[in-house]
Amino acid sequence: MTIPTSSIEQVIPGQGSMAQPETGKKPKRQRFRFVSNKKAATGLVMLGVYVLFAIIGPWVAPYDPDARSNALIQPPSADHWLGTTHLGQDVFSQLLAGTRAVMFVGFFAGTIATVLSVLIGVTAGYLGGKTDEGLSALSNVFLVIPALPLIIIITSTLENAEDWLVALVIGLTSWSWNARVLRAQTLSLRRRDFVDASRATGEKTWRVIVFELMPNLTAVIASGFVGTVIFAVLSEITLAFIGVASANTWNWGTILFWAQGQQALAQEAWWWFIPAGLAIALLGTSLSLINFGIDEFVSPRLRSVGKTKIKTVDGRTVRMRIGFTPVLSNSAAPHTHAKPMVNLNGATPVIKKEVSP
Amino acid sequence: MKYLLQRIAFYLFTAWAAITLNFFIPRLVPGDPVQALIAKFQGQLSTQATQSLYVLFGLDENKSVWQEYLDYWGQLFHGDLGLSFTFFPTPVSEIISDSLPWTLLLVGITTVISFFLGTGLGVLAGWRRGSWADGLLPVTTFLSSVPYFWLGIIAIYLLTGPGSFFPSSGGFDNGLVPAFDQYFIPSALRHSLLPALTILISSVSGWILSMRNMMVTVSSEDYITVAHAKGLSDRRVALSYAARNALLPNVSGFALSLGFIVGGTLLVEIVFSYPGIGFQLFQALGAQDYPLMQGIFLIITISVLVANLIADVAYLLLDPRTRKEG
Repeated sequence: MTIPTSSIEQVIPGQGSMAQPETGKKPKRQRFRFVSNKKAATGLVMLGVYVLFAIIGPWVAPYDPDARSNALIQPPSADHWLGTTHLGQDVFSQLLAGTRAVMFVGFFAGTIATVLSVLIGVTAGYLGGKTDEGLSALSNVFLVIPALPLIIIITSTLENAEDWLVALVIGLTSWSWNARVLRAQTLSLRRRDFVDASRATGEKTWRVIVFELMPNLTAVIASGFVGTVIFAVLSEITLAFIGVASANTWNWGTILFWAQGQQALAQEAWWWFIPAGLAIALLGTSLSLINFGIDEFVSPRLRSVGKTKIKTVDGRTVRMRIGFTPVLSNSAAPHTHAKPMVNLNGATPVIKKEVSP
Repeated sequence: MKYLLQRIAFYLFTAWAAITLNFFIPRLVPGDPVQALIAKFQGQLSTQATQSLYVLFGLDENKSVWQEYLDYWGQLFHGDLGLSFTFFPTPVSEIISDSLPWTLLLVGITTVISFFLGTGLGVLAGWRRGSWADGLLPVTTFLSSVPYFWLGIIAIYLLTGPGSFFPSSGGFDNGLVPAFDQYFIPSALRHSLLPALTILISSVSGWILSMRNMMVTVSSEDYITVAHAKGLSDRRVALSYAARNALLPNVSGFALSLGFIVGGTLLVEIVFSYPGIGFQLFQALGAQDYPLMQGIFLIITISVLVANLIADVAYLLLDPRTRKEG
């Protein structure tokens, strides 16, 4: 993935080339650092493909997912790329048509849960006192009650729940983890100087929360959102798989539901259930990768490092590890002959003789 | 001690909330669900069952909601969870007590194994960063995104079949009677291997990832540098200094994620037709057996609460700071 960075940077108002100070070059601000993370970029590209198919899927599907034909349980062929079901329906079309429901429920539920968790978590963390105790207890209760059984029970009680209703139920039951993380983060931000300063200048509470705290919580909120989307997608597919959710729309769980119900395993019809499962797993992987990207963006220590073994001048190998302060050797002999080394991967070697400033 | 009492108070509160929730969920059903059910079962329901249905759905005209709520609690304290439709007229509590041991053994043992295995691998992956251990990460990411039940289906597809060592469904061989003898136990073990393996593979990756991240964070602490500088062996620093401290957040994470794990394992039981709580829930869903569903949800929640309490006690033992009086 190529990231056009330099051209955009120059047009920041007030920071054009004229406004640059004359003394030396200013270090370039890396605007798209997040995307340049390999994991995040891979995840975003994969997610992009899914979003694309969520939009165009039902239109580009070669067959009507409900249409029956005479080709019953056929293995993949040129006509049916992923084979057919027991009614002669095209599995590939079902997969394409189902993408929209999956993505819709995932993102809708993720949005509901994120909004709730921000409201509850940030309020609890910022206001403190009795409000905090009440809201924390509430989110802890929701955290401990097993979410999936609760979702199953509620959805089965509301018979033939539509997609948006399923999303609503998932969103309303899965916000607690993020609320907890956000509360902890807000607690640590609340006493910082810039928050005190904005309070001292008489900013209203909502303004402090929205304009001072929220920008600093962006990464946490984003990562929570992505996590909830994964959970929502898995829950929705589970609901469809056990036959609780509405059977009117296709999603990947519905495909698995029919495959399981029609003994696809016993008939060796691998094309019926493997693609749907892979689609779920890859969607989950792409979202997890984005989350890793966010984590590593926030906490650079977590980044995977490249080559870590280097040879010192006297032929011994030293493993450099970010986050560690390397101690050169365990041997009793003094290493006064150690020379300054090339700084690889940002790790700081400890040099006994001359310590560069 | 104060900490433990606080936790117990919290779990009691949560149990109350879950039970109250359980009381109100059937009252969300629009229309007259009892009439629909009576029509569906066509005379198979006794008048007693019909009456208890009206009570369950809060359609009993003679009582206020508050009165019903009190009655509900009274029933619970008698261990009365109502009558199941599917296995009419067996009480729900009996069905649950038959299937609960299966789930407890399968899920309990695999969860503990998965926690220790994952934590161990996580220590390795966090400590040996930049070596082959980093290769674990993409694999675990992929595995943690796979739905438990799909992995189960694949396992059945690949590993079972005529003449295979692994049975594809059930909890023991047909024709055996559950008992602790030399025929039943090996059969039960053999039937639980594949479900256990499925749960293990999909749940272990979460522990690896969280432990790795904790190890990475901890390994930049000053006391690690000091331990290195003292000339302690790498192994000792990794295990006694870094891993010991990194373990604490993982234990509290263990408690919190139990709810998620239990949800996933229910599905594995469904795929393998394993005679536990999850499979019962599946059958109850198919038959719209509301009393059984409610009872199962209640029992799952309470089991998770108890497991949480145990994890809290473990935390108390591991972290001396929480033991401090005051």
